[in-house]
Amino acid sequence: MELRVGSEVAYAYTGGKTFDAKLPAIVFIHGGEQDHSVWALQSRYLAHHGYAVLAVDLPGHGRSGGAPLASIEAMADWIVALLGAAKIGAATLVGHSMGSLVALDCAARHPERVRRVALIGTAFPMRVSPDLLEATKNREADALRTINVWSHAAYAHYPGNPGPGSWVRGGALRLTQRQKPGVLHADFAACDGYAAGLECAARVGCPALFLLAGRDAMAAVRHGLDLAKAVPGSIVKTLDDSGHNLMGEKPDEVLDVLVEFLRA
Amino acid sequence: MAAPRSLQFDTLSLHAGQRPDPVTGARATPIYFTTSFVFRDADHAAALFNMERGGHVYSRISNPTNAVLEERVAALEGGVGAIATASGQAALHLAIATIAAAGSHVVASRALYGGSHNLLSYTLPRFGVETSFVDPRDLGAWKNAIRPNTRLLFGETLGNPGLDVLDIPSVSAIAHEARLPLLVDSTFTTPYLLKPFDRGADLIYHSATKFLGGHGVAIGGVLVDGGTFDWEASGRFPELTEPYAGFHGMDFQEESTVAAFLLRARREGLRDFGACMSPATAFQILQGIGTLPLRMERHVANTRKVVAFLGSQAAVESIAYPELESHPDHALAKKLLPRGCGAVLSFGLKAGRDGGRRFIEALRIFSHLANVGDAKSLVIHPASTTHFRMSDAALLQAGITPGTIRLSIGLEDPDDLIEDLSRGLRAAKG
Repeated sequence: MELRVGSEVAYAYTGGKTFDAKLPAIVFIHGGEQDHSVWALQSRYLAHHGYAVLAVDLPGHGRSGGAPLASIEAMADWIVALLGAAKIGAATLVGHSMGSLVALDCAARHPERVRRVALIGTAFPMRVSPDLLEATKNREADALRTINVWSHAAYAHYPGNPGPGSWVRGGALRLTQRQKPGVLHADFAACDGYAAGLECAARVGCPALFLLAGRDAMAAVRHGLDLAKAVPGSIVKTLDDSGHNLMGEKPDEVLDVLVEFLRA
Repeated sequence: MAAPRSLQFDTLSLHAGQRPDPVTGARATPIYFTTSFVFRDADHAAALFNMERGGHVYSRISNPTNAVLEERVAALEGGVGAIATASGQAALHLAIATIAAAGSHVVASRALYGGSHNLLSYTLPRFGVETSFVDPRDLGAWKNAIRPNTRLLFGETLGNPGLDVLDIPSVSAIAHEARLPLLVDSTFTTPYLLKPFDRGADLIYHSATKFLGGHGVAIGGVLVDGGTFDWEASGRFPELTEPYAGFHGMDFQEESTVAAFLLRARREGLRDFGACMSPATAFQILQGIGTLPLRMERHVANTRKVVAFLGSQAAVESIAYPELESHPDHALAKKLLPRGCGAVLSFGLKAGRDGGRRFIEALRIFSHLANVGDAKSLVIHPASTTHFRMSDAALLQAGITPGTIRLSIGLEDPDDLIEDLSRGLRAAKG
């Protein structure tokens, strides 16, 4: 569905169900250079199991209008504004990669709007090497191929996302190639420049899940574990043989961990 | 920044989409000979039916063996996914049926495999889908044939029977300017020789019966989605961009930014038309793909030797093979097909229709049959077989002379093939 945040259209996939703000709300926040469709299976399942789901396209991504936001803090504020536009008091935030930092920042600075946070493929610091950051600006096609290689652990996936016969690496690459020029660099610069991770982690007061990938070459597992230690009472789960694209490589396992977390 | 390595074509041919079976440790892809798959519980069943979880329900829709083949071909083509079908014709039909309906129109190259021509010329019009055929080399004709109700442009990477090279970059540009996708039949080239998505195509299909399988033992097709075409921006494909009452009101483009076409093709086309592939066939085609790079290299090397031989023979009046400077698409072939122009060629015998018959009947290694892309060398004489009812004048209109012979060059010792062809040429003289 489409909402208005400020003067721009904000798109959110509602999981194939009509959005009902009276239900417990879950907001899915994608990573850099992606859109809502990375959550296709998880968001659709939860929308059909009693939740009001918004899998957003961040500004400048996918179907949402505007330019990409320059900082994680700005994205967090945008999420809060989106909650207001959707008439949601508080929601569970599920974020992947860049989106996990957005969820973390929201939970720390807007605790009244966040019931739970699930941080997937997260790390702090989420630094980007100078070479890669330069490539995201000047050699986007090369950067996307590099990121695609680093985001996957396997060449075979069961049962595939969005389903059998899907070539997960190809789908992930094409999705990033479909974003507008300039989005990649803006997103990676925002991740690289985010400095408030540990400070925010210490302020998180809601239940927090860390779902990490054992073979993550984009967000170092040790940095994810360090961040988890800084969140009081956080739960840590690791999918040992997954790469950074956990929802693509391990869609069922990601969903199962989320369901367990939401039911706890 | 050093570019990280990803697996190369030869390795993907053997590994993409498959890993040792987690239960048994089987290294080869198991053949999952089962019609259906047990649900863990009622919630799992509902989630599978509603596409909330990935997985298998019924082998008409998906099967683990087929999924390996689908992922492997998608990986080799650089696509986002694929669907294995009962035949190449089933793949073509599935592609068209997914995005066209009564009142739709297709623009197609006129240099097509006869089966494809039949489907477009005679069968689909009965269901309200019309086709305009154009000279594949005439870019203006492609453009001029597009109508408001056109939904697809379609051609073969190497056309029939003249081995016309489809100018994919130019034709795809025409398609995209009109906000339409380009579908190509890549059977003759395989992803080893040409990767159409890299050149601008949006959808690819193969008769996997031919070079992908490679051994002449199984009929099958594969339809691959490049994930490049923006159906939403096109505005011409409500099948993919509006809620579909036949599948829980799903808006496929909203569901998957890059795989909307495949979702609808599988969830509607395979479900309703049912032209699925047997898992045994998928296994057999996977065995072929494992050696695709090796075979294609040898196919091309043998073909080049045969072409050189035929070019030196007085009994041969013409050869159609794009690597020859005499071929009208020679320059385009050098650009699009640097690894070679495949293993199918046609040539004309001066001895005409009767000479063609004598040539065919004298051959001992080449098999006289209606197929291409086998490990074994194949031959057919259209004027005495597939087109025997046609007059010489009608044959010429179809680009075939009474003496046209089509060869599909296999993997035998090339000197044995040349000796066999020499025998045939001597017989052709009468």
